[in-house]
Amino acid sequence: MINYIIRRILYAIPILIGVNLLTFALFFVVNTPDNMARIHLGVKHVTPEAIAKWKHERGYDKPLMWNSAAQGAKQASDTIFFEKSVGMFAFDFGRSDEGRDIAHDIKTRMWPSLAIALPVFLVGLAVNITFAMLMAFFRATYIDLSGVVLCVAMMSISGLFYIIGGQYLVSKLLHLTPISGFDAGSNALKFIILPVVIGVIGGIGSGARWYRTIFLEEASRDYVRTARAKGLSELSVLFGHVLKNAMIPILTGAVVVIPLLFMGSLISESFFGIPGLGSYTIDAINAQDFAIVRAMVFLGSVLYIVGLILTDISYTLVDPRIRLE
Amino acid sequence: MMLFKPVLLWTDMLLWLLLAGVAFYAWRVRQREHLLQPWRRLLRSRSGVASAVVLLAFVAVGVLDSLHFRLSLEKQGNGAETHYSPEVLSVFDLMVGPLRKQVEKTYSAPFAAQLYTKETIELPGGKQVRDYPRLKFGGAHLREPAQEQAGDVAATALQGSVYALVLCGGLATVLALWLARRRSISPGAAWTMIRQGRDEIPWRTFLATIGLLVLFVCLSMVFSAKYHIFGTDKVGQDVFYLALKSIRTGLMIGTLTTLVMLPFALLLGIMAGYFRGWVDDVIQYTYTTLSSIPGVLLIAAAVLILQVYMDSNQELFDTVAARADIRLLFLCVILGITSWTGLCRLLRGETLKVREMEFIQAATAFGVGHFRIIARHILPNVMHIVLISIVLDFSALVLAEAVLSYVGVGVDPAMQSWGNMINGARLEMAREPMVWWSLLAAFVFMFVLVLSANLFSDRVRDAFDPRVR
Repeated sequence: MINYIIRRILYAIPILIGVNLLTFALFFVVNTPDNMARIHLGVKHVTPEAIAKWKHERGYDKPLMWNSAAQGAKQASDTIFFEKSVGMFAFDFGRSDEGRDIAHDIKTRMWPSLAIALPVFLVGLAVNITFAMLMAFFRATYIDLSGVVLCVAMMSISGLFYIIGGQYLVSKLLHLTPISGFDAGSNALKFIILPVVIGVIGGIGSGARWYRTIFLEEASRDYVRTARAKGLSELSVLFGHVLKNAMIPILTGAVVVIPLLFMGSLISESFFGIPGLGSYTIDAINAQDFAIVRAMVFLGSVLYIVGLILTDISYTLVDPRIRLE
Repeated sequence: MMLFKPVLLWTDMLLWLLLAGVAFYAWRVRQREHLLQPWRRLLRSRSGVASAVVLLAFVAVGVLDSLHFRLSLEKQGNGAETHYSPEVLSVFDLMVGPLRKQVEKTYSAPFAAQLYTKETIELPGGKQVRDYPRLKFGGAHLREPAQEQAGDVAATALQGSVYALVLCGGLATVLALWLARRRSISPGAAWTMIRQGRDEIPWRTFLATIGLLVLFVCLSMVFSAKYHIFGTDKVGQDVFYLALKSIRTGLMIGTLTTLVMLPFALLLGIMAGYFRGWVDDVIQYTYTTLSSIPGVLLIAAAVLILQVYMDSNQELFDTVAARADIRLLFLCVILGITSWTGLCRLLRGETLKVREMEFIQAATAFGVGHFRIIARHILPNVMHIVLISIVLDFSALVLAEAVLSYVGVGVDPAMQSWGNMINGARLEMAREPMVWWSLLAAFVFMFVLVLSANLFSDRVRDAFDPRVR
């Protein structure tokens, strides 16, 4: 087991290097620091001196990969690649183009993100499983059919509609919660409720339908028939056999997103004014702050790979048939 | 002198390519019974027929909107060179002419006869009052909108319904006659068959869907001659027109993305599954790396960089449309790069399975080359996966466009799209009373398109996935 995990982590390293090289190429080779400077200083009426100064302040005036002017090890280390990209492996994200400490921003902003994303994930999982169980219990009846139709309709609605509609209905018409904002501590609760509810509702369509398929697939297996033949009631078959076995694909499918919860949701955070990592990223995209976007790309990939490793481990935990060696 | 100059945008070209591909596929399918079978099954289901009709209507609008041209400007003196208007129009623009040209001053509500904001109006006597001014086009034929409007709307609705009824009657007759000829029965018997739903194809559903579409088209035609059905936006453009123009953008994103990524996914997926060994390792590494980057962020990074490039090379694009078009194409490419990995993985798995089958072993034993085996034996056996994933991806891509435009990395702000409509309207949410019509129009159009795409893709999966059968 330990061996397997170590091997998986080692296997992740080349992937991270690939991600790193790719983002480096995108941000510094395809798009040169000169271009970045021009975007920030305005495309027209910009002097070469201003560009040089902008680049120097941010350390973008060094050679890309190889500094032939320097001495010894500095030839490799005194470059943009080493300073901006290699440091990311140690989670040293450097400073944003506006001069803010990115690592510090991430540390403070991931908690509000988590405060929204974690409840959405947990409540969503519970709600989706419940609905899917209901549809599976009443399978091939009108209840099941209308449930599926409702699911397809709900997943055809744009996620933006749930947010805008929810804000309008709950906050503007009924005045139940504030439209947007965030507060520290227990005061945060009233700001969190609406985004969480909307996040859960928005996910029901695709989630419940998918889980229903899993339940039905499981319910058509031989052991279920045996259980029924034994004389077990439909309810105890569903909870004792189908649910238990269907939890394997459901859990392993859910584990992969757990680390990504830290990144928060781009859209709902920016609509609800939550100072999390999602809105951080959107602000960076709008302000064209390449340093932050680069850091978030790398962080997102790391978390995704962690999720993949956790998925493999969770297989062994929930499914005794699988042994990782 | 030409009255117009045809304009072939990049996405138009790819669309024609795609249509040619679809036509070729249809021609092949017609000749092969085993390929025809799943489509027959699809046409027998009611939701399949209904969603196909709605999708075809959307595609028709999208195709008409892809025939672009520039009108010539009036000549300045004799012998001067003909200049063409910088505005790129499409055949669809000509068809809905009044919608495009009836521009008000600013926001107005659906079916309103007055502007949304108060303005100072000068009365004939020289006095000034603050009131809602009348619209230039919407409800301009009414003298006293407050009293006449309800009656006028009812009369217009009746008029539209009558047109629709006549058209539907005609359509039903044509269908019955055609069916009678085909099945060699009397038209009366054909009509009974349609009405009672006894044919294998659910003609009732077909007629009902077409009927609804015709009713919608007729009503929107008679109403948009007099009113703005979905109101007007900030600069006074008709929101209904914008929503219709957005159809092309949505379709392009949904289809071109798959078209762009398909060659890569097919080639790499099949190669990885067929050759295994180091080829497999390299390809797996590539797609794991790409798929581990969060999609939105990769798109954001790439679009930011494209923006930098376009800002520094503005001379490359002669019209606004060409510029917006390149950005749309690039968005499709970058969406394709982030979404080919899923299909590639599926194809690899399926190829791994197919290559172990006896007929492949037989082909290998006969000394058939790798290329021929892949092209003749493996490719046809994995195509159902391609088809299923194309239709499954479509609805997700249409929805993604709105989100990306909201983030600011979607299509060009100058291009009409549902995402841009939502993005523009959300800033007005705080106004009292709220400007809701742009949002509503965008969401309704998106919902109809995505819902029919979802229903259609479900049926396609049922019909083509061998596991489901």
